[in-house]
Amino acid sequence: MTTALLATAKEAVSIEIGGMAIALRMHDPSFRRLIENRYAGFVGNSSSSHFEFDIELYEPSESAPADYGLEVKVEAGEWLLKRGDFRARWNPEASPGHIWQSRSPYAIDCVLRIVHTLILARQGGFLVHAASAIRGGKAFLFSGVSGAGKTTISRLAPPDATLLTDEISYVRREGNRYLACGTPFAGELARVGENQSAPLGALFLLEKGLQNRIEPVGTTEAVQRLLRNILFFADDPELVKLVFQSACEFASLVPIRRLVFVPDRRVWDIIR
Amino acid sequence: MAEKYIARSSAIAARLVGDEMMVMSAADSTFFILNEVASAIWQAADGCTPLSEIVAGKICQEFDVDREQAQRGADHFVDELSQHGILRVSDQPIINSSPCPESR
Repeated sequence: MTTALLATAKEAVSIEIGGMAIALRMHDPSFRRLIENRYAGFVGNSSSSHFEFDIELYEPSESAPADYGLEVKVEAGEWLLKRGDFRARWNPEASPGHIWQSRSPYAIDCVLRIVHTLILARQGGFLVHAASAIRGGKAFLFSGVSGAGKTTISRLAPPDATLLTDEISYVRREGNRYLACGTPFAGELARVGENQSAPLGALFLLEKGLQNRIEPVGTTEAVQRLLRNILFFADDPELVKLVFQSACEFASLVPIRRLVFVPDRRVWDIIR
Repeated sequence: MAEKYIARSSAIAARLVGDEMMVMSAADSTFFILNEVASAIWQAADGCTPLSEIVAGKICQEFDVDREQAQRGADHFVDELSQHGILRVSDQPIINSSPCPESR
């Protein structure tokens, strides 16, 4: 009886990214408000969630750095996630999962990113270090490591472009095409993306240069560069294989080009 | 000198694109792009054909290369990939070799 009362006392917030709704249940109303504000635009109806997590907050010890020692592994069908500022257990077949974390929004942000990478890996999709935007009904990805120009290309986007993210793009497979979906995972712009999606037109590998131009990229280089930028946390050989296959499939279906650009709005004239 | 048998590890993901083979270790995510010659050795790594036979019967025939030179290159290639757990090497035939990966 007590357990049932406690369970009903928890309030849920559903965060829906890429059409995948994850309900987060917690007791603390101030933390719930913090999450609702952080993921504004991605908060949905918790009654139709695909997965659920119970969150328990704790005060971390000062000796444990928040971003220290990320570990993601599977044991007996259950995913175990661990970092300095959180621990989580999750069996996708037996919701809900459990998260023990500090009050930091970065902890839940990291858990959500990991959970989405695990979900997407089984569906042929992935999260990738890339800015993305929709223009003319098509989505474009701009991929690169830190400093490659993701934030710059996002800042230069024309008014008729819808920015999906300036940092982490969400790529979902749908039959023989891919969709890019908006994410709340922001980079230097510190602005969550629009919660919209569109079929992918192309992925551009960013490279700063002296003039704006688009260059072809061979398939093997495309796959290699893509794999470098796909977010992947799990120490699990089967998932490594799935991500590799997803990158190969993606490269066979979506044009991957090199975009050499100068930080000038005219670069968007050649993106189509 | 003992014969050397080579077999593809099961802890890898691989795909042939054109003449090049992309191979990724599932254990440590190291990524290799094999050229045409290395791809031919990789594809012939069935665990039961000696490496010397692969070199003589396949590499020298298909790529018009001197046998001694081809053997040195093959030995080096096999050593490097085996260090990453991508190829299994034995002086005995290896059973349960992984099937050849799909090509695109």
